[in-house]
Amino acid sequence: MTRIATTPGLFPLPDDAKEALSDLKGHQKGDLVSGDESADVSAVYDDVREELVAVQQDAGLDRVVEGQARWDDMLAHPLTVHDNVSPGGIVRYYDNNNFYRDPVVEGELTFSGDLAADLEAAADLTDDLQAVVPGPYSLADLATDEHYGDDADFQAAVADFLAGEVEAFPEAVETVFLLEPSLVENSPGDGADERASEAVDTVAGATDAEVVAHPYWGALDEKVHAHLLDADVDAIGYDLVADHDDNVYNVAEYGTKDSVALGVVDGQNTLVESPDTIRERVDWFEGQVPNDFEDVYVTANTGLFYLPVNRFEEKLRALGAATGSESVEEAEVEA
Amino acid sequence: MTENREQFRPDDHPNDHFLLTTVVGSYPKPKWLDRANDLYEDPDADFGADELAEAEDDAARLITGEHERSGLDVVVDGEMRRNEMVEFFAHRIDGYEFNGPVKVWGHNYFDKPSVVDEVSYDESWLVDEYEFTASVADRPVKVPITGPYTLANWSFNEAYDDEESLAYDLADLVNEEIEKLVDAGARYIQIDEPALATTPDDHAIVGECLERIAAGIPDDVRIGLHVCYGDYSRIYPEILEFPVDEFDLELANGDYEQLSVFQDPAFTADLALGVVDAHVAEVESVEQIEANIRKGLEVVPPEQLTVSPDCGVKLLPREVAYGKMANLVEAARNVEADLDSGDIDVAAPTPADD
Repeated sequence: MTRIATTPGLFPLPDDAKEALSDLKGHQKGDLVSGDESADVSAVYDDVREELVAVQQDAGLDRVVEGQARWDDMLAHPLTVHDNVSPGGIVRYYDNNNFYRDPVVEGELTFSGDLAADLEAAADLTDDLQAVVPGPYSLADLATDEHYGDDADFQAAVADFLAGEVEAFPEAVETVFLLEPSLVENSPGDGADERASEAVDTVAGATDAEVVAHPYWGALDEKVHAHLLDADVDAIGYDLVADHDDNVYNVAEYGTKDSVALGVVDGQNTLVESPDTIRERVDWFEGQVPNDFEDVYVTANTGLFYLPVNRFEEKLRALGAATGSESVEEAEVEA
Repeated sequence: MTENREQFRPDDHPNDHFLLTTVVGSYPKPKWLDRANDLYEDPDADFGADELAEAEDDAARLITGEHERSGLDVVVDGEMRRNEMVEFFAHRIDGYEFNGPVKVWGHNYFDKPSVVDEVSYDESWLVDEYEFTASVADRPVKVPITGPYTLANWSFNEAYDDEESLAYDLADLVNEEIEKLVDAGARYIQIDEPALATTPDDHAIVGECLERIAAGIPDDVRIGLHVCYGDYSRIYPEILEFPVDEFDLELANGDYEQLSVFQDPAFTADLALGVVDAHVAEVESVEQIEANIRKGLEVVPPEQLTVSPDCGVKLLPREVAYGKMANLVEAARNVEADLDSGDIDVAAPTPADD
């Protein structure tokens, strides 16, 4: 069993970049990232990417994300920058006190390459690259469809679109985290649960990298979990911060993949978990279920943009330390 | 109708009917006050706490006067001394710390504080602000206070087992502050709970907070609750059980689509109806606002109707904010005159029907 320290990405901007970008771009909704930023703005994002990769490397994380600094609209980003999508009104992001531009899909979801370009840039900075992608169910849930006309068709189109994006990722990508909070927050009913699993399967099939389907903000409804197990992913994520009991129940009752991701660090609270606490939470989960896991991704439950920069960095260091000392011990034993 | 309403009727009120006109609280800051705040932040500038306090006094005097000039019956200082509705209070409550800005949307951030220890009352939050405003105002002054549920919900919680127990402790502090404000002469308090809109299932927690807030506060002190931008059907009629005199609701922004929510069962409290949109930078005509006020009369009789903007107007250009207030007052006086002359049929059940 290998414990792999990582995160679901979506990092806070460094404070100087918050200011620099807000001066360069402005505060209004028309000023946000569109996919064709000016050279000045791109240069700031390049610097931010380097800084965010370095912070993760210093913290000792085993997987390094690009940081998603450009994702002004959080998980809706891949659509809001798409040519055939209009950014609509500012709408609430789940039941958080955050807002994003409603992506209104007005035409075919053709290949974009926006995510791949950021990952290409990050691939030059790290050998442990992990991609972060909204899951197809969540991305469809966050968007407004004015083109496909039917919920099932729209979700299938979003899945095909994401599969195309993932297929274009650089070889360097080792792991893909597919974030699916909507599977918890807006749980799919009969039929839709099976389609959601198929959509995840479509995206996962587009890469040879390890794929983690990571729902958060609670536990999946039993049936949704059972269907998700049919998708050909390498691991499923369990948010132990939001709901440890129901997640353990799902795994004990229905089993899970050979690997798991465990959300054991709270991405939305400034209280920093110690490396010991993180290890205890992982140990606890392993003690509750019969499985013998290949890989355990030890991660924050949510993206980390909710946090001020100092606490964000402390949480990365805690995650790195929680798996770091253990790998040292294992290495010593093996030697 | 609540008994404490008549005290706000001006001596020279022109009509028999009285639709209490007021505002929610925030108002655009004069540009020179923004510059003063920038100077205060600039370590190289020769501009300290005394200079900033003088600038804030000047702004509070100016904006209170602007509210009076528009004809409002109850005025505020436009929250000239406050930066943000959670930060301002968290800086004054022991138990909070600040770690840096977090994203709200795009490049809009706020200094979301963390509760790291049991919260406790330290310095007074608003008594100085109230006393200054009351000293420069001829009209009665309302005091808006961010409610405990919002103070809890929009903070990081490192110290309490759950948000609910944090909210109750904060409610006790709000109660303490209101007692001090009442001692200082305040008779109109507005509790702002915008967080209730995002988590409507927590209305019972807000209700318990308000029980603590209202405990021991004399009946002649008017307490309002402001809730904005939410699905009101998820909190109505439960909120009628809250121990407040008045509910201040945002309805113009949604073009009164939610009005019917409040018609059944009957609205037993006073209704402070939003009649101008706080997010549209065009001044509504007097005729339009009169029509909006008449919408309120479909829910409550005139004796229970307060007229106010949807929400704080600080994001509007200042001249637009002023225009909205002036037209709001003119429209209210016109509707009162129409009520006096019997030109308006009130659709809402009168209190005598109860």
